[in-house]
Amino acid sequence: MPDPGYLLAILGIVFGITFALRALPFAVLGPLRESRLVRSMSGWMPAGVLLILAASTFRSSAADDRLWQTLVAVAVTAAVHVAAGRRTLLSVGAGTLTFVLLVNVV
Amino acid sequence: MFAIACRGEHATLADVTDALPIPVTSRRDQIVAGVRDSFAAGLGMYPIGIAFGLLVVQSGLPWWMAPGLSIAGFAGSLELLVVGLAAAATPLATIALTTFLVNFRHVFYAFSFPLHVVRGRGARVYSMYALIDEAWAVAAATPEKWTGPRLLSMQLAYQAYWVSGGLTGVLVAGLMPGPVEGLEFALCALFVTLTLDAARSRREVPTMLLAALSFAGGLAVAPDDALFVAMLAFVALLAVRHLATVRLRPAGDARA
Repeated sequence: MPDPGYLLAILGIVFGITFALRALPFAVLGPLRESRLVRSMSGWMPAGVLLILAASTFRSSAADDRLWQTLVAVAVTAAVHVAAGRRTLLSVGAGTLTFVLLVNVV
Repeated sequence: MFAIACRGEHATLADVTDALPIPVTSRRDQIVAGVRDSFAAGLGMYPIGIAFGLLVVQSGLPWWMAPGLSIAGFAGSLELLVVGLAAAATPLATIALTTFLVNFRHVFYAFSFPLHVVRGRGARVYSMYALIDEAWAVAAATPEKWTGPRLLSMQLAYQAYWVSGGLTGVLVAGLMPGPVEGLEFALCALFVTLTLDAARSRREVPTMLLAALSFAGGLAVAPDDALFVAMLAFVALLAVRHLATVRLRPAGDARA
């Protein structure tokens, strides 16, 4: 088990950086609210960052010779999400269950 | 009243009452409304919290890292990533950089989150601290309907779902004979669904192409730090895109 000091340091780092990223913009970027760069970035960033994170987690999941299992589970996740009214719980649950079954049973 | 127009032709009388811009309801009614606003996302957060708690225990970390991360960070996707990094004894500097990059999107939430309705210093600090993706998305969708108690009770409810989900996962893990392989896929599935939700309109196509290009570039240039390089490249490409848009259409809006 990792050293508790190391884990506490992680908690401190995660807290400090996350809180700063959430709170500082309210104070610092207030005057930039009208900036066109900031406005276009805030409109463009979310979808692209999410796609990069999806690609990155896909890659981790597909490592260790699990490419086809990951592909099938992503397809199930996306199909359930689009077909069943975009209920995150249902789509994530169906995809994860598929992956766990494919990895352990097949 | 813009909320009603946005909901399309299905607006009913209940919707109209719901969306009144100036609430005349009691504090208790506002809190009830905030908790009700939290249900949809909460339905996803509690079970993913269970998967998170399971993952903490199965990765060989002590159980208190589950509530610890959910209170220190309160950022689901990052917490799931950090569990893997901590279990692999990743250097603190890498964890700091990952935290910064994965949570950087929160910087842009300040521009459309109705923090101004929250009164009192402590309450405002909590509301900023608990500015998770779900709270931002729900609040920014109908910015005019919020009051301080309603917004805060929604955010407190989210954190209650998330922390108790993690604790449930920790308890369940103790009852299981061995680790369940493949649970970590929940994180990939979560990002896939969030991407699908964010990319619903054709306007997002250029953004998605730039993001895909960035990730491919990251893989080619630095396979071990693909995420880091991809994020930097994406921000740089968006800046170039902004300059190009401004130059092409000096008086138009920059969204196209």
